Amino acid sequence: MKVELVNLTKHWGKVVGADSISLEIGDGEFVAFLGPSGCGKTTTLLMVAGIYKPTEGTIRFDDQVVNLLPPKDRNIGMVFQSYALYPHMNVYQNISYPLRLQKRPKAEMRERAQKVADMMGIGDLMERKPANLSGGQQQRVALGRSLIKEPDLLLFDEPLSNLDARLRLSMRGEIKRLQMDLGITSIYVTHDQVEAMTMADRIAVMKDGKLQAYAVPNEIYDQPRTRFVAGFVGNPPMNFLEVEVTREDGDYHARAEGLDLVVPTERGEKAAINGKVIMGIRPENVSIGDGGIHGEVFTVEPLGRDDLVDARIGDLAIRALADPAHRTRMGERAPLKFDTEKVQFFDPETERSLLWN
Amino acid sequence: MTLRQKLGVLAPYVLLVISVVPIFVGFLWLVINSFAVRTEGLLPVGGLTLENWSFLREPPFGRGYPSIWRVTFNTFLIAMFMTLFVVLVSSLAGYALSRLSFAGRKPFLSLTLILHAFPGVTLLIGIFFVLRALSLYNNLLGVGLVMIGFELPFGIWLMKGFFDNVSWDMERAALIDGASRLRVWWQIILPTIKPGIAALAIFAFISGWNAWLIPKTFTIGAGQQATLSVYLQNFQGDTVMVQWGAVTAVGLFQLIPVAIFFVFTQDLLLTIYAGGAKGGT
Repeated sequence: MKVELVNLTKHWGKVVGADSISLEIGDGEFVAFLGPSGCGKTTTLLMVAGIYKPTEGTIRFDDQVVNLLPPKDRNIGMVFQSYALYPHMNVYQNISYPLRLQKRPKAEMRERAQKVADMMGIGDLMERKPANLSGGQQQRVALGRSLIKEPDLLLFDEPLSNLDARLRLSMRGEIKRLQMDLGITSIYVTHDQVEAMTMADRIAVMKDGKLQAYAVPNEIYDQPRTRFVAGFVGNPPMNFLEVEVTREDGDYHARAEGLDLVVPTERGEKAAINGKVIMGIRPENVSIGDGGIHGEVFTVEPLGRDDLVDARIGDLAIRALADPAHRTRMGERAPLKFDTEKVQFFDPETERSLLWN
Repeated sequence: MTLRQKLGVLAPYVLLVISVVPIFVGFLWLVINSFAVRTEGLLPVGGLTLENWSFLREPPFGRGYPSIWRVTFNTFLIAMFMTLFVVLVSSLAGYALSRLSFAGRKPFLSLTLILHAFPGVTLLIGIFFVLRALSLYNNLLGVGLVMIGFELPFGIWLMKGFFDNVSWDMERAALIDGASRLRVWWQIILPTIKPGIAALAIFAFISGWNAWLIPKTFTIGAGQQATLSVYLQNFQGDTVMVQWGAVTAVGLFQLIPVAIFFVFTQDLLLTIYAGGAKGGT
């Protein structure tokens, strides 16, 4: 099923939940709503679910406007961060509840619930109460319950946030696989950029109720439309430096106190606007090696594969990912090498990208 | 364990026992006195007797007065009626106040709180006129309705508190699963706040069973409409000697169901003071 949001807005008095969100989700697509808490992603999701009524704007399912359709008539499934299982019902009753509401015959309920439970790997827990299940098992029950009525649209509200790190990793893969196999259009709300990057076909980045960017993960990562998107996606986060870009002898230079970098012409020419601009460069594009600009090493955090080095050039703080072989130590001076191929530039006023708009 | 530590462990028990003793002695006296001709302190004087319990066989005030069984039935009827209505109305109103946003919600909440704190005695005369106008004076139905009215503010606030503790997600999940609002209330929310419902039911029943002021005010004497508390008062007339033996026996008789009830439900009652049930999972 296709989903289309047009200027979708929700506010309570003066409090804005979602501000004019417009996007389209293709049939079978997996879309992540990504943003910090309070950015409006859950508000938007609950409007799609029919729990909140939009203040303005339109929600379409396959060209049918569903703004006023109650949740029970939308044929959707939803998984919550808190699992939201019914504590007085056992696993079987939880999973089969949507069918019970449809007044399906007992035998059919039993059969379909068993099938879904087996698919989720909880087929032997049918008689247990939710209180006697682990977090991961509870989340599987919740998933099973959302799938049993074969919904046209699946909604996930931070479903993995309450699980421990290792389980989160494996569930991430399972949900992704399940969604691909079943081909159900899905919206996945998360504040975890790794989840969004790894699972989604497209990511909608939101902030303060507004849609910041809506694109495939690589485009979000390599061509961030706003400074917020650039800073929010990617871990460790992107470095931002205030620089001035000028053209000298055919090359474009980005300069700040103690720093002079040659940047690629096609990027530099868009940033040479007579004045300060914000330059963004990811830590993986800054390394430690001979011929770099010397900076003072403030902290070193060994991550195993890399050392995350926080260095200072004058007043500029720069995070770099260094090869552990360099044995960078805190307090010493080290040469920082900048790979400017993927450097980003943003307007300091509007914080919009100078490269991708 | 040093002496100091031992004292530390014992001290709370000693304090609790000391504070409970007077109450316990009171109940003990009640039991002893109901089987004694006369008592001096806790000691029965003049032998034991079942005479005080004769009210179980025949009406003690002669013909025209209802039997104890009739009165007990009245009391039971009022208490049950009250329990059912208070639970039903409170759980619906509490849900609405907790979950729905509608015009006048806030004023309504404050108003119920004020009503809860309002001394009911001051309303008696007003209610008398209302009941008389509705021909419900000296009528069990009238008494029941007034008692429900007095109990509702407490019940509504209590239920609202329990509903507030139920997670929104669970309710949303049920709506998305395909349930209507009313069904969510009945099949999902109510079962998770069972302890709250049970506690309110017990409170309502006990307060209905023990009620005295309202039945006394809105029924005439010890007529066919009397309840146990009112009936008990007839033993303390102005013109005859108070028959303490009979008073204690009837008092004990009234106490029995409540005591039995309490033994089985005290765990549930405590949930109210513990600040409501744990919502969700």
